[in-house]
Amino acid sequence: MTLALDQIAAGGTASGANEEALRRQAHGERRSMLALTLPALLLVGFVVLIPIGWLFWLSFVDKSGFTLIHYQRLLHPTYLLTLRTTFELAFTVTVVCLLLGYPLAYLASQLPRRWASLVLLCVLFPFWTSLLVRTYAWLVLLQRRGLVNTWLQKLGIIEEPLRLVHNFTGTAIGMTHIMLPFMVLPLYATMKTISEDYMRAAANLGASPIRAFWQIYVPLSFPGLAAGLIVVFVLSLGFYVTPALLGGGRVMMWAMQIERSTTVYADWGAASAMGVVLLVITLGILWLVSRLTGSAKLGEAR
Amino acid sequence: MATPADAPAAGGNRSASLPITIERLVKSYGSFKALDDVSLSIRSGEFITLLGPSGSGKTTLLMVLAGFVRPQSGSVRFADREVVLLPPHKRDIGMVFQNYALFPHMTVAGNLAYPLKLRNVPAREIAGRVERALDLIQLSAFGERRIDQLSGGQRQRVALARAVIFEPRILLMDEPLSALDKNLREQMQLEVRRLHDRLGMTTVYVTHDQREALTMSDRIAVINRGRVVQLDRPRELYERPSTHFVASFIGESSTLPIEVRDGRASFAGAPLLSAAPAPAPASSAPSFLVLRPEKLRLLADAAPAEANVIAGHVRQNVFQGDSIVTYVRTASDHEIAIRRSLRTDEVLPEVGTAVRVGFSAEDAIIVPADADAPQTGRP
Repeated sequence: MTLALDQIAAGGTASGANEEALRRQAHGERRSMLALTLPALLLVGFVVLIPIGWLFWLSFVDKSGFTLIHYQRLLHPTYLLTLRTTFELAFTVTVVCLLLGYPLAYLASQLPRRWASLVLLCVLFPFWTSLLVRTYAWLVLLQRRGLVNTWLQKLGIIEEPLRLVHNFTGTAIGMTHIMLPFMVLPLYATMKTISEDYMRAAANLGASPIRAFWQIYVPLSFPGLAAGLIVVFVLSLGFYVTPALLGGGRVMMWAMQIERSTTVYADWGAASAMGVVLLVITLGILWLVSRLTGSAKLGEAR
Repeated sequence: MATPADAPAAGGNRSASLPITIERLVKSYGSFKALDDVSLSIRSGEFITLLGPSGSGKTTLLMVLAGFVRPQSGSVRFADREVVLLPPHKRDIGMVFQNYALFPHMTVAGNLAYPLKLRNVPAREIAGRVERALDLIQLSAFGERRIDQLSGGQRQRVALARAVIFEPRILLMDEPLSALDKNLREQMQLEVRRLHDRLGMTTVYVTHDQREALTMSDRIAVINRGRVVQLDRPRELYERPSTHFVASFIGESSTLPIEVRDGRASFAGAPLLSAAPAPAPASSAPSFLVLRPEKLRLLADAAPAEANVIAGHVRQNVFQGDSIVTYVRTASDHEIAIRRSLRTDEVLPEVGTAVRVGFSAEDAIIVPADADAPQTGRP
């Protein structure tokens, strides 16, 4: 198309000086740019598109050919319960991450650069520790005779040790810890770009600090907020290691169900179907959020 | 006496403007004095400009008026009301920011309605006032546009409308035109001034552009190194600058070192016969003679002697369309610029020609050589 435009720009008039050579040069440049993207395209093809296609294929066949049996089986209460648990956990983790992460990101964005990097370092620090180590650390802290229960008992706040691990609560605590940086980093990045002048303008126009925060600052931080919420929620939906360890077998996540299908029952069809369901749900969420933020951008959503 | 500022913000019967009294403001950042004991009285309804180079403290002063910067000491009063301790959202003054600070998540109409909503104006009245404001800035069809769909000039007008829609009695403007190109800027200067004349609020305008300040202001406060160097009407400021800094910062000029002894001035050993303006500097103090290019005459060598002449050679002629600037180098190696309009058939003095520069006594500006000499070149 650009080529056509070039030709129009050349104006159909008799060829000017170097016209042909200049066009060839532009052509060659575009071709070499295309060549640069080729490795990435190949990688996406081999690593993403082909495996997903394979997954789709597996989820629709069994020994006798095309079938919907794998999907029909997912309607069984066991699977529905797992799906519900997965959503509940992902939702809880996302909300807690929001409540903890927003003030933290705000604090970091308002601090002088040196202090801000210290706060961010603390947020990022868990990133550099192995996921397993962090999860086992929570196990040690939260167990019946763990640090948290011992302290709470010594302080006289509780009499009986709380059940903090091998259940929903423990899983949520561990996952929140791991997900927090995914909430804080995009929020911080967005908040850093919000000019101080917006809050000044709001104050100047008569908005109290609290009103200015809710009516100006929060809406302006929305891009980072949306990104953080999506990443945390979507990653939580597919989380495996932490729920498997901290849930103690009592909290069944979708990803654990997939794992069980392949390793225990060697049922690749069912596992594929569950993978496809997770993928579709995730894409649906992304679509929904992009719709919402898209319309919010068009003005006050009122 | 009831202070007018206590009246409800959206009230009908109130004067359109308030006087501002600034007394002994001090604000320092470490050892840097942004405001060094600044006092300034701004009259009700006046258009006053704070003019100075960057880092002079003019923006800091505006931020103190708006309430965004807390000074170490001093007093700011709107009419009789002390406001220096009042948080910005309770000051009820309009402000136009340098980058406009229009809220990108609201439409144009949403931005204009925002200050009215905060003042609990009924929705129906808001709609009417927003519409009238859009009419006023000739953007009637743009109410539902997003801010990022507007051009720089349109944003400028929206920012201005938002700052005045709630009828503040004081309007602050922080270099609001600096992002616009030259033609638009000159047009907006007149528009802003006309808006001020129509609405009548006290306006404090910050700029580093001396021409803009001269064009728009009732009075100009020239600020340098955290101090008000001179406060005067534009014409007085231009014709009677009180310091070397003001003389060189405002307008074009040629500056010559002179010696003043017993009320008589001499340049490079030769006495200037009648250059003796008031206020005369202290006897025998080193001083500067400041000459405005358009007030000088180029005399042919053979012309009769005048009261004040300085001899030299033509160094360069620069044609600028409406005028021509001739640079003359004196025997003492100083340069004097002379601006003249040119008759079509006039022949330019050739480079190297011996000429004399003449000027009348009332056009000679003599200022003391002070420590306030500008650090940067002309803007």
